[in-house]
Amino acid sequence: MTTETAPHAATARATANEPLVRVEDLRVTFTSRDATVNAVNGVNFTLDQGEVLCILGESGSGKSVTLRALMRLLPPRRSRLGGKVMIGGRDVMAMNDDQLADLRGADVAMIFQEPMTAFDPVYTIGQQITETITRHDGVSQSAARARALELLELVQIPSPERRLKSYPHEMSGGMRQRAMIALALSCRPSLLLADEPTTALDATVQIQILLLLRKLRRELGMAVLFVTHDVGVAVEIADRIAVMYAGRFVETGPVATLIREPEHPYTRGLLSSTVHGAMRGRRLEAIGGSPPNLTALPPGCSFAPRCRYAEPACDAAVPAEVWINPQHMARCIRVAPGQAASGGFTLRKP
Amino acid sequence: MNAMATGPAPLLAVTDLRKYFPITGGVLQRRVATVQAVDDISFTVGRGETLGIVGESGCGKSTTARLLVQLLKPDSGSIVFDGMLVGENGDISTRDLRRNVQMVFQDSYSSLNPRLPIEDTIAFGPSVHGVPVAQAKQRARDILAKVGLDPNQFIRRYPHELSGGQRQRINIARALALEPRLVVLDEPVSALDKSVEAQVLNLLVDLKSDLDLTYVFISHDLNVVQYLSDRVLVMYLGKAVEIGPVEAIYGRPQHPYTRALLSAMPSMDPDRRLEQAPITGDPPNPINPPSGCRFRTRCPHAEDVCARIEPRLAGAPEDGAHRIACHMLIAGSGHSAAPAQGA
Ligand SMILES: Nc1ncnc2c1ncn2[C@@H]1O[C@H](COP(=O)(O)OP(=O)(O)OP(=O)(O)O)[C@@H](O)[C@H]1O
Ligand SMILES: Nc1ncnc2c1ncn2[C@@H]1O[C@H](COP(=O)(O)OP(=O)(O)OP(=O)(O)O)[C@@H](O)[C@H]1O
Ligand code: SF4
Ligand SMILES: [Mg+2]
Ligand SMILES: [Mg+2]
Repeated sequence: MTTETAPHAATARATANEPLVRVEDLRVTFTSRDATVNAVNGVNFTLDQGEVLCILGESGSGKSVTLRALMRLLPPRRSRLGGKVMIGGRDVMAMNDDQLADLRGADVAMIFQEPMTAFDPVYTIGQQITETITRHDGVSQSAARARALELLELVQIPSPERRLKSYPHEMSGGMRQRAMIALALSCRPSLLLADEPTTALDATVQIQILLLLRKLRRELGMAVLFVTHDVGVAVEIADRIAVMYAGRFVETGPVATLIREPEHPYTRGLLSSTVHGAMRGRRLEAIGGSPPNLTALPPGCSFAPRCRYAEPACDAAVPAEVWINPQHMARCIRVAPGQAASGGFTLRKP
Repeated sequence: MNAMATGPAPLLAVTDLRKYFPITGGVLQRRVATVQAVDDISFTVGRGETLGIVGESGCGKSTTARLLVQLLKPDSGSIVFDGMLVGENGDISTRDLRRNVQMVFQDSYSSLNPRLPIEDTIAFGPSVHGVPVAQAKQRARDILAKVGLDPNQFIRRYPHELSGGQRQRINIARALALEPRLVVLDEPVSALDKSVEAQVLNLLVDLKSDLDLTYVFISHDLNVVQYLSDRVLVMYLGKAVEIGPVEAIYGRPQHPYTRALLSAMPSMDPDRRLEQAPITGDPPNPINPPSGCRFRTRCPHAEDVCARIEPRLAGAPEDGAHRIACHMLIAGSGHSAAPAQGA
């Protein structure tokens, strides 16, 4: 697993200043006695300061593993990690345990689908946020408590004074999610990793949390890497979207391009099979077949077995990243560089 | 397709259905509180119709479903299936009801017996109901083909050898094996990936017309409910707040909660992102729901009367089939936005 593969993302988005995050050829495999799971299979991307990139993909596509790999939060004995991860100019793959602890505590914060996992049930919300702040900033108890209160206000928790004294189980789901965001922000991270933070929430609460994240990102200038399986959520929050399939980014682009002019057949299938208002009475365009088996990936395009445009060449090798324009990438042999949307290939149906 | 109020008798008529769950505590396990999971809900489902039920987590959707298939006994209220009263002193035995009314659950994994091959899982219901084994097995093969799975390939498999979408097809096949007339689908696609969800939704549409089925379709996904339903029931904290034809609910929602729910839906258009949350706060605890209108703690239009009196479902001015439980629409309710009495 070398990192000296062909230059890709980097050349296409080459700028004078280094992006906040640069990931090259990220690979993660899990090994057990009976199988090797190829969870992440060569992911490349960059993330600029203050930018929101959404990783959109179905269950098992490798979204969570990608996020965890960035912070090297994977079981070391059972997983193998390859490729390059640079955050703020520092090489994460080369970090020792102390440096990793620093990174996780300060520059990078993470929020999850289930906020209960972020909190210790036996301490109050206030105690936990205050503790994190004193540990990180070395300020006095009272200063930390004042900042904890500020944070609860920032995430719009009603009666924050009282809520500091609440235990996690005493809060509703939406409230806990806000408290977890407050905890994540307590160290003023420059990068927030968010793994489906609204998936377990009700619709009327989900939108409140998405708006909150948008506001925080604006006000604090954080970059956000946001994982979701929900196209609607991605459209609400993303600047750019990366569509993940079988451990690879098969298409990336600005949110509007990706939604209106998707190029990769999987992205197209995903969008046309997503039910929305205007579809009543029409037959849904489902993607046939089942999601890929990560223990036995085909040598070629991993979407080929389900792709209606597949041809023999698709099975030969994993399609390279094709840059349709400097912002828009798709991994499909039928997409040509510099080609405008749907240049001839939509017409060729089976 | 739509059952008109004046048309033939509905296949299912539910009146004032109620289910409270006791919450016990302490060493004596005494009742310390009550969850009013389903509180005096009434609705009908016409023959060949799909009634969608929407609402947020904990509003009582699954409890309603379990009451309909007699997995739970209601505290009060009545269920009439095809003109026959359901229940202990009713006109139809639980056994006969089960054959006519089947349910599909959300969790495709835990609702299948891991030790039974698919064939036995599907054939089990019919054989319990007296279908000879050979015939039940043949029926299992036929139904498997109907849900889009090749019998030769799948009949000997076990649940763990199937994908989520395949397992949900098995669940649907199992429910259909008894040739029911009404199928209650509780979040049947919620655990599935979008690409697989579309396959299963198409299947549900096909099966309904092939087999003349009637559906009660439960989901928290408003898009999916709109796609499948003829009529829609909106629930909030155990109450029915609005019910009506799908076009009315999505096109002219009247209840402040329905409106909020619909405006909280992501737009799927990057140029039309939501700029403001339609309502703030979380749904309150169902253990001690607010007095009067249960939505009043989050309702931007709440007034005195909303805390004092519970609004009953009342017909919309233009459309009697569209009913809403809100004081703003009840003539003379005392809400400042309500039409005057006798107007
Ligand atoms: N610790 C682990 N050991 C073995 N396999 C793992 C481990 N963690 C994840 N996997 C496997 O890696 C693949 C990718 O998992 P991942 O959790 O990243 O999916 P995901 O895209 O986040 O899906 P979801 O939407 O369901 O959360 C899956 O096949 C999963 O089973
Ligand atoms: N067996 C039970 N004992 C006690 N409380 C229960 C029981 N079953 C359900 N409840 C409570 O009744 C209320 C309604 O639950 P129900 O499962 O019907 O909601 P739902 O609308 O299906 O929610 P979801 O969308 O989360 O599935 C909830 O507050 C739930 O906690
Ligand atoms: S009854 Fe009152 S509180 Fe309830 S929805 Fe109507 S206006 Fe709002
Ligand atoms: Mg995940
Ligand atoms: Mg439920």
